[in-house]
Amino acid sequence: MKDYNEGDYLLLSGIQHFNFCRRQWALIHIEQQWEDNVRTIEGDHLHRKADQPALREKRGDKLVVRALPVQSRELGITGICDVVEFIRDPAGVPLAGEEGLYLPFPVEYKRGKPKRNDSDHSQLVAQVICLEEMLVCDIHKAYLYYDEIKHRVEVIITAADRERVRVNIQEMRHYFERNHTPKAKAGPHCQSCSLNNICVPDILNKRSVSSYIESRLNE
Amino acid sequence: MKKLLNTLFVTLPDTYLALDGENIVVKQEEEILARYPLHNLEAVCTFGYAGVSPALMGACAARNVNLTFMTRTGRFLARVIGEDRGNVVLRKEQYRISDDEVRSARVARNMITGKLYNNKWILERATRDYALRIDTERIKKVTESLGETMKLLRDVEQLDVLRGLEGSAAVQYNSVFDDLILQQKESFYFYGRSRRPPLDKVNALLSFAYTLLANDMKSALESVGLDAYVGFLHRDRPGRASLALDMMEELRGVYADRFVLSLINKKVINDKGFYVKENLAVIMDDETRKKVLKAWQDRKQDKIMHPYLNEKIPWGLVPYTQALLLARYIRGDLDEYPPFLWK
Repeated sequence: MKDYNEGDYLLLSGIQHFNFCRRQWALIHIEQQWEDNVRTIEGDHLHRKADQPALREKRGDKLVVRALPVQSRELGITGICDVVEFIRDPAGVPLAGEEGLYLPFPVEYKRGKPKRNDSDHSQLVAQVICLEEMLVCDIHKAYLYYDEIKHRVEVIITAADRERVRVNIQEMRHYFERNHTPKAKAGPHCQSCSLNNICVPDILNKRSVSSYIESRLNE
Repeated sequence: MKKLLNTLFVTLPDTYLALDGENIVVKQEEEILARYPLHNLEAVCTFGYAGVSPALMGACAARNVNLTFMTRTGRFLARVIGEDRGNVVLRKEQYRISDDEVRSARVARNMITGKLYNNKWILERATRDYALRIDTERIKKVTESLGETMKLLRDVEQLDVLRGLEGSAAVQYNSVFDDLILQQKESFYFYGRSRRPPLDKVNALLSFAYTLLANDMKSALESVGLDAYVGFLHRDRPGRASLALDMMEELRGVYADRFVLSLINKKVINDKGFYVKENLAVIMDDETRKKVLKAWQDRKQDKIMHPYLNEKIPWGLVPYTQALLLARYIRGDLDEYPPFLWK
């Protein structure tokens, strides 16, 4: 197992960007570019509710923790879980400062409604991997809460999901270490991307600059 | 393409700008003169001694609103910039090009090509639009020579050669610039460029327009992650925004000169709006400065077709678009830097 320097950990939230678009991830996480649009502002607003690390609720067998920082040494990633619910369960693991055994279930807050692609899904899987490693336990399901439908969706975490996330993260690290931003693959998803103005995906489909200059000079 | 937002120009000298929630508040003494939501603003530009609260400076930096301080006469003083939107990789490549004479020349020659091309079309348009007023023969000689020089530029790989060609083209263009002034000729004339101080009204207007353009260019370069102070044609000099000056070459004529000409030819301003100091330095009065700024803002909203992108954008986004294209070239997405070739 490679030991990553904590300063070089990748941000867990990036895996969602990465699955949405490789270039979007690189622009944000390698080049530190960012531009808000309506969607990102809605997202911020939503997360403000979840981002209250001091808030801790205990109801019966359930302990709800918000804004929990997590990491995976194995993958070299770090991030914050919006909400983790710990449910008292004989099959669970002991928690520092708590009586009894608990099983953790991360809940990730998302604006909008469930999406067709699995970009939200992958972020949740990465959180699961982190929690499993930190708590030394097995997690089989987690939840995505969608603000538009005001509902949580249960997500079953399979071995294939974990493997896909591992491969994703390896690929991210590969770009990250070379400081390389991949070229754009333009598609319908570009319309909803807040970095559209920075990325300008169709520039690459234009004709060559030298033919542009030549034709103007020779007109 | 990015959306063009408004610029707030503050020309009253004794005003103070403060932050109130999500708004800029313009105060005089304790009286509130105006209030503008920050999210509608692209830039705030103050002339004179207007103060700005630290809270507002912070809010501008956080939201990428370009906040600039100018003297009463429009000379640049200072700017508030927020955290570096840094892409060090892009910036280091910019520095590598800047350190390499041949690579610098390859970028700079396209900018100069843009300048000559645009100046040539300014002149050709004038001969077409005002054939009865303008000495077409005289101008034709200049446009032909600009056309010749442009073709030579294509293969230049030495900055000195480039500067030589640029210099002689500028002399040619300046020699007929006065011909483009078609109204109020008794008060507005151009014999040559004078800067510090401008010695006639046309030079005073040109200097002011160049300052405004340089400012827009600087913030455009920074917003795409480039260093406005490290240039290719203009070499490093502390405090000089060399890259912004490089980028301005292709836009001076088509953006600023044409703007100044239209102010005069459309009589937006008149000769009464200036005063002459004892040493013959010419200075705009406050009323004229206000008119010029208003016209500048209006011009920014006018739409044009971007010649390379083939996309309609407002004039005000041209500096940003060119900065973006330059960044694209530096990072290797484009085969050359595409200058803005206006026609």
